Amino acid sequence: MKKFLKEEPQIYFSNDNKKIIKVIKYFCKGCGICIHFCPKKVLDWDKDFKVFAKNPNDCIACYLCELMCPDFAIFVEKEK
Amino acid sequence: MKEEIKNYLRLDERFPHILCPGCGIGTIANILIRTFNELNLDKNNICLVSGIGCSSRIPGYIDCDTFHTLHGRAIPCAIGVKLARPYLKVIIIGGDGDILAIGLSHFIHAARRNIDLTVIIVNNYNYGMTGGQVSPTTPKGKFTYTTPYGNLEEEFNIYEISKSAGAIFFARSTTYHVTHLKKVLKKALTKKGFSVVEILSQCPTLYGRLNRLGDAVKMLEEFKNRTIDISLIKEPGEIPSDKIIIGILLDREREEYCEKYERLRKAINEKRD
Amino acid sequence: MRQLLSGNEATAIGAIKAGIRFFAGYPITPSTEIAEYMARELPKIGGVFIQMEDEIASINAVIGASASGMKAMTATSGPGFSLMQEGIGYACMAEIPCLIVNVQRGGPATGLPTKPSQSDVMQTRWGTHGDHPIVVFYPYNVLESFYLTVKAINTAYFLRVPVILLTDEIIAHMREAVELPEEVEIYQPKRKKKSPEEFLYYSEETIYDSEVAYFGEGYRIHISGLTHREDGFPTNKPEVIKRKLDRLKRKIEDNKEKLWDLEYQDIGAEVCLISYGISARTALEAKYIFEKEEKRALGYIRLKTIWPFPDKPLRALLKSAKKVIVVEMNQGQLINEIERAISPEIEIIGVQRYDGEIITPEEILAVI
Repeated sequence: MKKFLKEEPQIYFSNDNKKIIKVIKYFCKGCGICIHFCPKKVLDWDKDFKVFAKNPNDCIACYLCELMCPDFAIFVEKEK
Repeated sequence: MKEEIKNYLRLDERFPHILCPGCGIGTIANILIRTFNELNLDKNNICLVSGIGCSSRIPGYIDCDTFHTLHGRAIPCAIGVKLARPYLKVIIIGGDGDILAIGLSHFIHAARRNIDLTVIIVNNYNYGMTGGQVSPTTPKGKFTYTTPYGNLEEEFNIYEISKSAGAIFFARSTTYHVTHLKKVLKKALTKKGFSVVEILSQCPTLYGRLNRLGDAVKMLEEFKNRTIDISLIKEPGEIPSDKIIIGILLDREREEYCEKYERLRKAINEKRD
Repeated sequence: MRQLLSGNEATAIGAIKAGIRFFAGYPITPSTEIAEYMARELPKIGGVFIQMEDEIASINAVIGASASGMKAMTATSGPGFSLMQEGIGYACMAEIPCLIVNVQRGGPATGLPTKPSQSDVMQTRWGTHGDHPIVVFYPYNVLESFYLTVKAINTAYFLRVPVILLTDEIIAHMREAVELPEEVEIYQPKRKKKSPEEFLYYSEETIYDSEVAYFGEGYRIHISGLTHREDGFPTNKPEVIKRKLDRLKRKIEDNKEKLWDLEYQDIGAEVCLISYGISARTALEAKYIFEKEEKRALGYIRLKTIWPFPDKPLRALLKSAKKVIVVEMNQGQLINEIERAISPEIEIIGVQRYDGEIITPEEILAVI
């Protein structure tokens, strides 16, 4: 039943481990909003036309992808 | 998924939700939940009421009391809920067709009464659930499946309707301006009285496709380029006619209906004693 | 205490006695007195009266209040009742109890606002789209307007369905001296035992006479007019859809014996009058005149429950009858239902009038 809850999110760390991008691939519909509006072009499409973090090191944790995602599919965490 | 988001969602097998890829309604649900979280609203004290349409499917995914009513009838149902349980935060989510076409009379009368409700109008310029027909907010000349030669009618100005009907708060935002949207939603939810938030949203599947506006990203870019925040306008004359004004356009105070009714009840009983 | 009351006033008093605390309505002759009484009395007892912008809004506000745990009703007539059909269908599907009073007037359209009629009998049953049964009661005097209102409200909250009280312009405006009880028996839904996590709004246990959760109680329920599962969320699965529609039917099928209410006299007679509401008063008068003149009995049956149609009791009561006369103020609505219910050997005649004037005993006597 709760397939996505069993499915682990894809997790991408920056090199200093301070920024973590989590993608719930099962939720992503591949609309590309986060990819386009990311100010640092961190994200890109993977082979399934879903989002993945290509350059997690460039992430500035502005949370724009997380806020604009219509599908609750991407989350950014920042270590304080 | 972050805990504060999880807390307000009914995460079951109905996810991922039914909305099309790139639909702005999902973003609105996302921001609405974050607003609840930032306002520290108890989910047991929120009642989300909706009618029929794409945007009216949001409440089903949010974990609070939710009321999926008939097409256009969300506002009268919400009035019933609010009058029976005045302590509830009653929020109505509806589309432009739901609230401004079939439900318009309910909308203006609720504004006139100034009942403590927050109405979120998701304006995607067409009827999405039935497959892209003309709505009261479809701009003149635009194409839908029921205006195949272009829309002959003028669109509604929701701000003018709300203002003259007696709403105490009106704000406009878009699915591009997410932080701005969160800010105005916060303001609307804390106002006591009839508050309206119009959110311009993209419908890439129907309206966008029929009018060759491109995909969700292109439509969002247009929201970005075509809008101007009211706080940036110094003189009223300087707004270019093709710009859409966003921001808090109306913010005033009027006495709220439930409070008036409570006072009436007290006055009657004191007179009898 | 004896008081002189109209049918509408008795209905309003009965409603408040039975626990109604919310009224949303729209003025329409001949039901307006109910709204006026409620506007005066409800704020005194912690209730809410609101006059909405139309009948559609009224019925939906009633549904909203009832779903939030306030016993709610509305009252209307002909054209307003037509507007409310959508909301009544919603209340059936979403299983939200409420009372709708329809004071019948002449139709169709604006028709005869100040004249009586009984032409909404079939509309109460088949007015909405979609399959669902309905409960309808019909009083014939002021005192019964009071008692059937109480019964209608208790039935609505017992079964969790909308219940319709039919009356007509004469019953509503006629004044009679009546003695009303101080208190009436009120049905209270069972107390909740389940926690919000395990409670399902449309589960098998909540079909009728059950524990109920309302908005604002922390149960975070989802109420929907879409065909739904046990938790209220929409579904397209054929077996779930069938189970839902069967459930709506079962609510009333399981309890119909309790709902059936008839009054009868001289059942053994060869000829029997069947009527309801205001026409039953004429029928009773015709019976007295006939018996005085002819020195033999005339059967008389009056339906208090119109829907679910009391076919089984009628069949039993009319076992020895040869001829049945159905008296009603329309072009023949319930006569078809009666014809279906009783033995085909019985001759069936209708006395019908639909010119806004009441049927006279002479018209009935002429066909016996």
